[in-house]
Amino acid sequence: MKHNIYIYILIMAAVSYVIRSLPLTLIRKEIKNRFLKSFLYYVPYVTLAVMTFPAIMDATQSPLAGLIALILGIVLAWFNASLFQVSVACCVVVFICEFFI
Amino acid sequence: MNDRKTENRIAFREGMRDGIPIALGYFAVSFTLGIAARNAGLNPFQGFLTSILCNASAGEYAGFTVIAADAPYIEMVIVILVANARYLLMSSALSQRISPETKPIHRFIISFDIVDEIFGIAIARPGYLNPFYYYGAMFLAMPCWSVGTALGVLAGNILPMRVVSALSVALYGMFLAIIIPPSKKDKVVACLVVISFISSYIFTKLPYVRDISGGTRTIILTVIIAGLASVLFPVKEVQNEA
Repeated sequence: MKHNIYIYILIMAAVSYVIRSLPLTLIRKEIKNRFLKSFLYYVPYVTLAVMTFPAIMDATQSPLAGLIALILGIVLAWFNASLFQVSVACCVVVFICEFFI
Repeated sequence: MNDRKTENRIAFREGMRDGIPIALGYFAVSFTLGIAARNAGLNPFQGFLTSILCNASAGEYAGFTVIAADAPYIEMVIVILVANARYLLMSSALSQRISPETKPIHRFIISFDIVDEIFGIAIARPGYLNPFYYYGAMFLAMPCWSVGTALGVLAGNILPMRVVSALSVALYGMFLAIIIPPSKKDKVVACLVVISFISSYIFTKLPYVRDISGGTRTIILTVIIAGLASVLFPVKEVQNEA
């Protein structure tokens, strides 16, 4: 090992922080541009959706259990279950499903 | 002044409440992250340090592979930039949710923990974001994340796979709870969610494209899909309540 692990960690921390802090600290004003405004409005939904599927099927030991959790999660969220309720229901259904699959 | 304090305390508590599923999921994910850290040659303290300073799953995984390869420092810089580039977008989106009255120091503290999950719950709050809501979630999430990593280094495979498997969907359940309710109200958002699911799936299956890392895939698809939607369906009013 030629390189120092602590220097590696320091670089990781510094670069991670710079990426996160630059936009948040530099953009102080409300963005007026309609395109940018719409873009930033849509970004969270697209990002979260992209990250959820198909990743949820890889997170579980059996992809089918992940898929069932996805469907259950969508249904519960549609009927206004809380954030906590949806998460816990997804965990429980995976735990139960994997006994059978 | 006292009103403000009470308000902050309530926000902090709500942040903690919404932070519980995040912390649970983090614990499971960081545990497996710790196993990767151990394989890269880190001790439990180094694993803890990395996690409390970086707060990034994909970024840390990528970083550990660099450490394992004993690669040049500059390579670490590039890998972390690419793996965490999506936070640039999230940070920009969050910047629009912080009241001009909020002291600048809060922006620096929030920046420390801009992660997919807390960003998700913060953006789901109506109106301007109270920084203390964010801190409430950080207060639970950060210790779970870093201690989980240290335990992962220490104990390796002690947690049964079945439990890890179940806990790891907590994060996705939370994402669903964030994106589905707005889809009921806004048809464009509903379509975007479906399109995002489909294209993300296609991206993981298609030859060549499937080799793209998860973080980069997220950036590419987000920019394309959200960009097209902004051109075709620009938002009319200030929609601060998502």
